[in-house]
Formats: sequence, C-alpha cells, structure tokens
Amino acid sequence: MLFFSFFKTFIGKTVTVELKNDVVIRGKVHSVDQYLNIKLEDIEILNVETCPQLMTLKNSFIRGSVIRYIQVYAIDVDCEMLQEATRREYKELKKIAK
Amino acid sequence: MSLLSSYVDKTVSVVTNDGRILIGTLKGFDQSCNVILESTVERIFGTDVAMQEVAVGLYVLRGDDIAILGELDAEKESETDFQQIQAAPLRPVVH
Repeated sequence: MLFFSFFKTFIGKTVTVELKNDVVIRGKVHSVDQYLNIKLEDIEILNVETCPQLMTLKNSFIRGSVIRYIQVYAIDVDCEMLQEATRREYKELKKIAK
Repeated sequence: MSLLSSYVDKTVSVVTNDGRILIGTLKGFDQSCNVILESTVERIFGTDVAMQEVAVGLYVLRGDDIAILGELDAEKESETDFQQIQAAPLRPVVH
C-alpha cells in the first residue's frame, strides 16, 4: 500500500520507466493503480533506435509486472515524508505481528 | 477504476511479453487486463525485410502477456513509413 501511495504522489510529474524488455519510456504520469500499472502521457521512447516500432505511441498503459525501474527526479520526492511513512508502516506491521 | 477504460473503442497498439505488436480496436477488458481486440493486425518487423502487416481478426489477449498498451498518434502514424523501417523484433520480457 505504501508504494501505491508513493507512486500516486507522482501523478502529473515526469518519470522514466525502464521495462523488462529493455524499452525505456519517459512520460507524464496520468494514473497508477493497485498493481502499480502505470499510465503515461506525452511519451517519448528514449532508446528509439533499438525499437522504432514504438515511436508512434502517444500515451501508454504499462503493466506493473513488466516494469524494471522507475526513475524519478529527486525534487519530486519528499524523503522525510517517505521515511516517516515507512516507519509508520513498520510500526503497524509489528503491531499486527504481536 | 481501471486505467484501460479510456482506451475502449480506440485503436490501440499492444506489445506482448514475447515482443509481438498487435494493433486493433479495444473492445473490452477486465480487472486482470485481459483484453479483446477487434480487426487486429500484427506488425512483423525484421532486420533485412520490410515490415509486414498480417490481419489476424479478433484477438483475446491474456493480461499476463501484455507489456504495453498504448494509443497511436494518428499524425505520427501517417508521417511514418513503416515499410522503410527495418528493425530487429522487440526483445521478449525477461522477469
């Protein structure tokens, strides 16, 4: 759940997604769902020379299971809030374990 | 809820996990991303042959096998002469 909320904070921001088939796509996050499927708008294929097949796409729904990395701009991440959220989640988990 | 609802009745391009590219009209989908494509064509690319389009009709694709689903930009699509493009097939998804 934490990562779902985390990725929701990127809605409207530009991210770069590297897929498990080595395609690299940059675009603006339109939406994210519980499986971490991501919909990007105004996309650009960064390694278009290896996959010109995809150059006519204008937006894309990427299945969460094929994502290898998501690169984000540091300015878009509130590290303190993220640390706080992970601590909170860890506490909750410990509470459940007891 | 679903991210796919905005694509219904539009021409979409689907990249499968084994690197195939299918283009068709999205007619339906479900919560696990299984999709139904109508009037589908498969675009087959090769390194020393021109791109081939093979009509494959109605397609039901299992969600597990989908990597990317995207809308085609009509303008870029008409500008691009895929017959001139020779490219190695996309690499399969390796988990």
